[in-house]
Amino acid sequence: MSTDSHSNSAKSDLTPIVRLSAVNKHYGQLHVLQNINLEVSKGEVVVVLGPSGSGKSTLCRTINRLETIDTGTIEIDGKVLPEEGKMLAKLRADVGMVFQSFNLFAHKSILENVTLGPIKAKGMKKAEADKLAMSLLERVGVANQKDKLPAQLSGGQQQRVAIARALAMRPKVMLFDEPTSALDPEMINEVLDTMIGLAKEGMTMIVVTHEMGFARKAADRVIFMDGGQIVEESTPEQFFTNPQSARAKDFLGKLITH
Amino acid sequence: MQGYLSLWDEYGGQMVSAFWGNLQLTFWAAIGSLVLGTILALMRISPVPSFRAFGTSYVNIFRNTPLTIIMAFGVLVLFGVFQVQFSSDFNLNFFQIAILGLTIYHSAFVCEAIRSGVNTVPLGQAEAARAIGLSFMPAARLVILPQAFRGAIAPLGNVLIALIKNTTVAVAGSVAEISGLMKTMLEFRADVGILIFLTIAVFFVIVVIPVGLLTTYLSKKLAVAR
Repeated sequence: MSTDSHSNSAKSDLTPIVRLSAVNKHYGQLHVLQNINLEVSKGEVVVVLGPSGSGKSTLCRTINRLETIDTGTIEIDGKVLPEEGKMLAKLRADVGMVFQSFNLFAHKSILENVTLGPIKAKGMKKAEADKLAMSLLERVGVANQKDKLPAQLSGGQQQRVAIARALAMRPKVMLFDEPTSALDPEMINEVLDTMIGLAKEGMTMIVVTHEMGFARKAADRVIFMDGGQIVEESTPEQFFTNPQSARAKDFLGKLITH
Repeated sequence: MQGYLSLWDEYGGQMVSAFWGNLQLTFWAAIGSLVLGTILALMRISPVPSFRAFGTSYVNIFRNTPLTIIMAFGVLVLFGVFQVQFSSDFNLNFFQIAILGLTIYHSAFVCEAIRSGVNTVPLGQAEAARAIGLSFMPAARLVILPQAFRGAIAPLGNVLIALIKNTTVAVAGSVAEISGLMKTMLEFRADVGILIFLTIAVFFVIVVIPVGLLTTYLSKKLAVAR
């Protein structure tokens, strides 16, 4: 397996980076994911919208197996996600994840947060990892905070560090699980701007969000989920101006009233 | 007063060396139970069901068995019946059996103290560690345990204090330590009986109070900011 995601881009253009086939998941009686089929190709930005409890976060978390699934298969760049063990860890390293609550390692400095994965999961030399981390921290605009602990940063800064930490693994796809939902309003834009920058550079992204502005601006495709199903799938233009399903119309109607 | 001074003349040296025995028992059993307790805690949080079952059984068995019985088992069964010998030196052998007994007993409590520390670490920390491609052991070693230990300093301090005092149970294993000597002194110097009790109590208080102060200080100083 190549560790460099750029070298096999020719192949990746043909096979989807992420493919979910007939994925089902239950929480007890609740059928949270119902026969989900989804393909995301290289460089595509897919925004997942939907009301709370529609299964969109669960969908996002199954893609690197933070949530298990009952039936179906999930493939990352043509490889089926294994259930456990070293192979799973290896595949997860190819999938960057940004959480709602940032989840920066609380006992490690900003720089160490970013270098931990490259050094410990990929065996990169410390000097090289430091250099990579500094360039990524520079890019998300928090390089001057590198020696601080996560708790000393604002929420927006922490989330940008979390994006840098995920990018440091040179992932094939980035998952964003409501990345701005825990942020104060004035910090949402700095995180969204970073994400729009990433999208423009051609990063493959799956974004679960409530930020309609981001969906309009950056998405190639919008997926609308409700009740554990993908109800509608279209371009942002089409989705926001001319939604097809009654549930999507209802969802958008509720947003616009305020 | 005269009588008490003569007690020190007679037994002072022995008291110090016997208490030194308690401190040595504490030292080795603390290291042993910290190592074994950490391994047990890892088993109890591991994704492997049989490891979890083993860790849980161990804790439930040894936490609920009186230490005196574990000590007596070590001496009467391990040594007496199965002839287990760690050392050819008779006294050293009993000393090591006592360390083993203290370690086995206290590692159950260390395990639970560390587990309470693990509970102070939000689930998101483990998820983030997994998401950057760390498997269970690296995630535990690099992310979970360093934070768990900091959250477990106060309960670990309590285990250490209990251990210091429980070294007196080693008398059940015929180890030369202070509570054994206390019995001897009480027999021969009944005239200063109460003072003997108080003296030995002071020995322990002098050691235990700084441990309590230190762990309280450290648990505040090393607390993980969230």
